[in-house]
Amino acid sequence: MRICVDPDKCEGHNRCFSLAPELFEVDEFGIASTKNNGEVPKGMEDKADLAIANCPEFAISILED
Amino acid sequence: MSDRKPSIPNSREGCPVHDWATDYDVMDPIYNSDPGPIWQDLRERCPIAHSERWGGSWMPTRYEDVREMARAVPTLSSRAPGVIPPSPEMREILIQEVKEFGAELPPISADPPLHKPFKQLILPLFSPKAVDTYRPFTEQLANSLIDQIIQKGPEVDGATDYAQQLPPRVIAHIIGIDEARADEFTEWVRGILEQGQADAEIRLKYRRIIRDFFQEMIIERRNTPRDDAISRLMEAEIEGEKLSDYTIIGVCFLLLVAGIDTTWSSIGSALFHFGTNPEHRKRIYAEPNLFTTAIEELLRFYSPVKMARRVLEPIKFGGIEMQPGDKVIMNFPAANRDPQIFDRAEEVVLDRKQNRHIAFGVGIHRCAGSNLARMEMDIALRVWFNRIKDFEVIQPKNVIWSGGQVRGPRVMPMKILGA
Repeated sequence: MRICVDPDKCEGHNRCFSLAPELFEVDEFGIASTKNNGEVPKGMEDKADLAIANCPEFAISILED
Repeated sequence: MSDRKPSIPNSREGCPVHDWATDYDVMDPIYNSDPGPIWQDLRERCPIAHSERWGGSWMPTRYEDVREMARAVPTLSSRAPGVIPPSPEMREILIQEVKEFGAELPPISADPPLHKPFKQLILPLFSPKAVDTYRPFTEQLANSLIDQIIQKGPEVDGATDYAQQLPPRVIAHIIGIDEARADEFTEWVRGILEQGQADAEIRLKYRRIIRDFFQEMIIERRNTPRDDAISRLMEAEIEGEKLSDYTIIGVCFLLLVAGIDTTWSSIGSALFHFGTNPEHRKRIYAEPNLFTTAIEELLRFYSPVKMARRVLEPIKFGGIEMQPGDKVIMNFPAANRDPQIFDRAEEVVLDRKQNRHIAFGVGIHRCAGSNLARMEMDIALRVWFNRIKDFEVIQPKNVIWSGGQVRGPRVMPMKILGA
């Protein structure tokens, strides 16, 4: 599973980081990016889904391979 | 929904509401104790309601409408974000101040392009990394408040003895107010936010005291800077220019009015929820890991904050034409109960997965302090549940809720059932 954050949509709510700090990082303005080039480690898929389903800006999506 | 009945401006405050679609009252105590059924009704028959009360406003209740309005920047301007208009006396002062110094509380009251540099100025104070450094202080504070509660018990007030005591002291700590003056400061802030809601004179009195106090702090730091927010604001530049004292005071003021009764309302509402729902209480005692999703869910269900926007150019939403000068209430709390978006919207689901709530707003004006608010809620609740074996709200019907801009319990007698 690979995920990405659309930097044009992200408004810096930090929700993804607070729910899944293993998968995301945020800069000092709150703008999020994925860790590990968006690769979700095995067993962390639920956390990725949770972050996606909690983003108020619809900024996180799953990358199709 | 378009047959907006003419009504008599400014004379209806306090009269009973007959039709919420055309005459809602955001200060109605019954509405504020349980607004869900009214929003539900409005969403079905008049999703963008109108009222002449409190200066007149439009009020959306659907998630998609609120989102769309939040994005209509700057046609829906943030220059006057207050839901309840200021008293005539306050209005005069504000107009004078804005003439002299510009936007009063940037960035919350600023539109683009002024908004962004101001927001970027304060965001680093509330990044996850910065907020982590405020954790030990907050934890110690929560524990000392619980010590007092246990000593005072078994009957305590969850709002005034606990929820309202935390955020002012945390903000005071961040701004850089000496701990010795934190009690005094907390009283001033409660003076503005509590008594000041109904009494303009009290509001102005404490406003002056706090402004003078911040001015003194700036003068002190001019000679000896410290490691605190006020010193950092003094060093900061926007477009190559240092901020004026007025602006620094304005930003500090914003931290007070935006970061205190909002957060104490969230903490208080969470205690209300657990103190009235034994099943949920039991579950959290057994599974404290649920706090992460539970806090988001409580933020959704008990969203405390509404903001206002001012229409600058004619604009249409859902078939309603709004005119320049109209006020729009950004009803984030109602959006968060929209059944089109949330399953079981009228229920608190502690482990809710799908939860794109907008309790902290959405778009460019999303709350700058949400990491801080979350951290305070997390610590307030964890320390409470760790130290108190069981508890309940004594008479849920008698809890007094504030309304207007910020909704939350203000008087909430509780019983501590073992510590």
